[in-house]
Order: sequence, then structure tokens, then C-alpha cells
Amino acid sequence: MGERQQKINDEEQKKRQPKHQKKKKTQTTTNHRKIALGLSILPGFGQFYNKQIFKGSAFLILMASFFIAFSDLLQFGFWGLVTLGTDPNYDHSIVLLVEGILTLIVTILGLGVYAFNLRDAFKVGKQRDLNEEPNSIRQQYQNLVGGGFPYLMMTPGFLLLVFVVIFPILFVILLSFTNYDLYHSPPANLVDWVGFQNFIDIFNIPIWRETFFSVLAWTVIWTFGATTLQIALGIFLAVLMNQKGIIFQKTIRTIFILPWAVPAFVSILVFAGMFNETFGTINRDILAVFGLGDIPWLTNPTYTKIALIMIQTWLGFPFIFAMVTGVLQSIPNELYEAADVDGASIFQKFRSITLPLVLYATAPIMITQYTFNFNNFNVIFLFNGGGPAVPEQNAGGTDILISWIYNLTMTSAQYGKAAAITMILSLIVITVALWQFRRTKSFQEEDMM
Amino acid sequence: MKNRQRVLQLTFSYIVILAMIAIILYPILWIVGSSFNPGNSLSGSSIIPKDATLKHYKELFDPAQSDYLIWYWNTIKICVLTMLLSVALVCMTAYSFSRFRFVGRKNGLMTFLILQMIPNFAALIAIYALANLTGLLDTHLALILVYTGGAIPMNTYLMKGYLDTIPKELDESARMDGAGNLRIFWQIVMPLAKPMIAVICLFTFITPFTDFILARILLRSEDKFTLAVGLYEMIADQFGNEFTLFAAGSVLIAVPISLLFLSLQKYFVSGLTAGGTKG
Repeated sequence: MGERQQKINDEEQKKRQPKHQKKKKTQTTTNHRKIALGLSILPGFGQFYNKQIFKGSAFLILMASFFIAFSDLLQFGFWGLVTLGTDPNYDHSIVLLVEGILTLIVTILGLGVYAFNLRDAFKVGKQRDLNEEPNSIRQQYQNLVGGGFPYLMMTPGFLLLVFVVIFPILFVILLSFTNYDLYHSPPANLVDWVGFQNFIDIFNIPIWRETFFSVLAWTVIWTFGATTLQIALGIFLAVLMNQKGIIFQKTIRTIFILPWAVPAFVSILVFAGMFNETFGTINRDILAVFGLGDIPWLTNPTYTKIALIMIQTWLGFPFIFAMVTGVLQSIPNELYEAADVDGASIFQKFRSITLPLVLYATAPIMITQYTFNFNNFNVIFLFNGGGPAVPEQNAGGTDILISWIYNLTMTSAQYGKAAAITMILSLIVITVALWQFRRTKSFQEEDMM
Repeated sequence: MKNRQRVLQLTFSYIVILAMIAIILYPILWIVGSSFNPGNSLSGSSIIPKDATLKHYKELFDPAQSDYLIWYWNTIKICVLTMLLSVALVCMTAYSFSRFRFVGRKNGLMTFLILQMIPNFAALIAIYALANLTGLLDTHLALILVYTGGAIPMNTYLMKGYLDTIPKELDESARMDGAGNLRIFWQIVMPLAKPMIAVICLFTFITPFTDFILARILLRSEDKFTLAVGLYEMIADQFGNEFTLFAAGSVLIAVPISLLFLSLQKYFVSGLTAGGTKG
């Protein structure tokens, strides 16, 4: 059954091309498609006109039940979305906002079905204009089962995605245009739309501006410093281990992978203990040997930053190491032998053969390492909670954007501002991501998309 | 001359290797040593304790003294359920994207591409507010749903890429023999996709295991905690006064997960290289 239906589809597609051209030459005398389209403004009637009673009633019933089921939500939802409530005794602004988004999603789904109804009427009308028989009910059923199968398969995943990923994103976008914070928070108070005020505040009010730019600056330094170090160390060690004549190669490689194998949150918490100023082993056992027993790792921002970058390097290099090891083993030996004949030194061989080949093979993954560290909440928060505190700003000395957002949300209840910063952060990430994917090959392959 | 240079090079390599081994193993040995330390805090202890004891491990395994076993059970439960749900949804979605050409396919793929780039905890305000409103705050269900939703875009991309490499002729010939869409999915394509299913199982199991931020936002009461949150609370509340207990807890997490990881490491590398997304 499925096979036949696909064949029909294929033939249809083959036919369509020449038909199009023929139509231009000989104008059709009837105009069913326009009439059907016009009648379809009332859902189903275009299909009735096309003598597809069953399909028409399906559309009519679907749209009617849509309006009956959601009429309350549609009216109330949009009202709530626009006003965010008028009376703090009865209206809970955030509930209204959530219902508003729900209404928006339902409306978009409804419009989708409506557009499908218009398109269908027009298409069948065109078929009639070209003197083809409209599909019978049996064919329609087959079309639905065959063509609907992918939709059916995707529905559960798609619905979950809408509610736990897309819904929150919409919520954050809308929230960034409200004044939702400790003083404007339901049930006692109402939340109001404030337009771009949050964004303006972040760049205008001195304490916000200074905090934002100092956090952003550290985020950038952190991203580039930690990621570049972990990549460099990973590549260096992989090349080192790839030399001939190293004994216990397999065992040493396994040891080098260990920091990746231990769950990161465990390692970070252990490091927090090691760097602790009172009982930590770094000050007490290691640095004491050199007479440097009291470095303020957790109370001086500069030292905390140094510690964080070292820890992330420790955590992150094994993945690069493992990946580059794989690439190195696929580089043909002849290249190096030829270089030897030409009398190239180790560094020349590395710079002209190894590095280009490795970077070519792994560049996209290297870039994702940068975006990963840009949002690396775990290491910042678990090591020192973004601290130590710094005077004259409302973020800790080592807070990156994502951990600052966390603090604004969970401790100071600055929801509106936090949402605005989330928007800025997402914009940065998406820009980098799209730039990267435009360059990757898979994006350009036609069948991929 | 040539020989001397080679010896120099190898000596340098071994020095670097030994230094790296020391840097890697030191934290691990230190935490293992701490976990056997008899005292509660670390003051006055050495890395190899003189009177090693197992009492911290016993304490962790005693339900009357600590919630550790409950946390372990919670974490395993959440990870396994997330894994099963994600794998099912990912396979179905990826199969549709790979095998069918339908209206909205291109836009759908584009959406997935962008969504996989934003970590789903970026919307943590919304997740918190929504969970609060729907009464799902402090439930494992909320956590499982959020993890699964977050896992779908990236893993679907991974799976779709793999399914694209399975020849479509196999589907066609099965269709000739009268197999329906579901049957082709279940009996032809899925068995061939087993290697990638294994990779996705691994990813969707390990991601919730190592996640801290979402669990921290959504879980409130101590008996609902996952290991990451529980361990953090253990060390954050007491200012190092229960550090040895924490150390024992860390060892009990790190050992099984590391063994699992090392035995399946090649899947991780291949999966991450294929997906090229997260690290």
C-alpha cells in the first residue's frame, strides 16, 4: 500500500512540471481553484465545492471544535497577555503570562490547520481546472496514512520540545520586557510591560553597566583562556604520546583520559577542597614546600580566576587528547618520511604537517569547546559560587554571564533583568553557532537539510 | 648527533609525561586518602592516613545517618528513565527526518540546529517559574521531562546523520515485500542503527548524571536530591567540617562512573566527533 502511494506521488511530481508549462500556453476555461479558495475562508466549504464531502466535514468539525474548545482561552489569554492583569487581588501576572504564551501556541497551531485547509482547497481546485479527478476517499485515506506517518512519529518528541524547550524560551523573551522582580511580584503585586527598559537599564544605570561589562570581559577571557589552554595541552600531549619509543603507551593514555572519566562535578568539588585556604592541600602541602603557604585562592578574585582556568584545563584536555590521538593515527607515515628526507626539524614537521591536518579534521569540535566553556556554569559555581564578592557590583568576582543569571534569578529575584541578560547571552551563542555551521560542509550538502 | 638528539627528545617527553601523571593522579589520590581519614575535617591529616578507617563509607551506607543511598537511587532512576524516554523519542523523530520528505522538514531541522546550540538551562528562570506554576517543583518528573526535552535536538541530529548512511534500498526492498512503515522502522532500520543507539544511550544517561544546575533549581527537599546536588550541599553547608564524609561520597561516585566510561570511551569519542556539539 505504502509503495503504491509513493509511486503515485512520484508520478504526480513528474507530471506537475510539464503541466505547469502547458497551462501557461492554454488558459484553462474554468476557475475552480479561486472559487474553492474563496469558499475555504469558511473552513471546509472549499472542499464541499470540490465535492469532497468527507474531507470538508473533517475540516469544518476540526475548526469548529477548535473555536468551541479554546474560545475562552483565546479571549482571556490575549487579554492577559496584553494587560498582565489589572487587579492584584484577582490576577496573577505570571499565570496570565503563561496562559498568554499557551494561547499564542494554540493560535499558531490553529492558523496552521487553517492555512492547510486553504492550500488543500486551492490544490484540489487546480486539479479540477486541469480536468483531473479529485482524489477519492480511499485515496485520501491512503494519502493521510502515508504522508501523515512522519508527523505521527514526530508528534511526541515535538510536543515535549514545545513545552520544555520552546515554551521556556518564549517565556524568557517575554519576561525580558517586563519589570518582574522582588517588588513587582505576584500575588501581592502586578507585573507590567516596560518595553526595552531592562536593556536600557543594563547599559545606563552605572552599577548594572559596570557589572555587565566586567562580567562580560571575564566571560570572554575565561572562554578564550581556558579553552585555548585545554586545546593546546590536549594537542601537545597527543603528539607527545604518538612518538615511537614511548613505553607503556596504552596505560599512560588511559591515565590521561582519567580526568574526563571522573564526573566533572565531583572533580570540581574536590578541587574546591584542595584550594581551600585553611585545610586545602595546595597551600598546605605543595606550596608550603616553596615557602608560599598562604595564597588566597578563594578570597582574591585574581587568584580564583587563575585557579579556575587551571582546573578547566585539567578537566577539558582529555577529550581533545583522545580526539587528536585518533586523528594522528590516521595521518600517513609517508608524509613524515618525506619531510625527514628533506631534513625538516621536529618543529617544522609539527607546524607544516601535523597541526594543519589536526585542525582541519577537528575545527568544528574545537569551536564547540569554546561555546561550551562560554556557558560552563558547573566549574564556576561549584568551585567558589562565582565569588569572591567584589565591591560596587552585583555579581561575584568570577561570575560568568550564565552564573550571574543564576544568581539574579535564585538569590536576588531580579527576574526581568536576568531574562534580558539571557537574551543577550543567547544572541551571542546563536551568532557564533550559525557562523560556525555555515562553514561546515554538512550544512551545504543538499540532502542533509 | 642524531642519536643524542633522540635521547634528549625522549628524556624531555618522559619528564612531561611524569609531570602530567602526577598532576592528574594527585587530586585523585588526595581524595581517596581523605576518605580513609579518621577525623571529620582534614586539619592535621596527611595524604596517607596513619590509621586508615572505613567508617565514612559505613556512615554513607547507613540510611539512619545519611541520605546518600537515597540520592544514589534517585540519580540512577532519573538517568535511566531519561535515557529510555530520550532514546525512544530521538529514534522516532530522527527516522522521520531521515526517511521522509514532508512539509516543514527543512524548517524543523533548522530549528533543531539552533536549539541544540542554546543550553536548555539558559532558560532557567522560565523552567523554575513554570515548574512552580504547574506544581512540578521538587518532583523528579519535571527533571526527567526537562532533561529529555533538552536531549532531543542534539541527539536527533546525531541519529539522523547515522540513519542517512543506512542505504534506502533496504527500506525499498522491504516495502516491496509488503512491510509497512512501522515494520520497516522497527525491524529493518533500528537493528542497523544499534551502534548509534548505544552512543545516544550513553549520552542521555551521563548528561543527567553530571548535571548540577537544573537539579539544583528544581529539587528542594533533601530526600529528592540527586548526587550532584547532595554532594554540593554536603560540602557547602558544613564549611569543610564533613570533608572526609564528602570524600568518601566522591570516591563512590567516581569509581563506577570512571570504569563505565573507560570501558565505553571509544563510543564517546566517535559520538562526539560525529555530532561535533558538546564536550
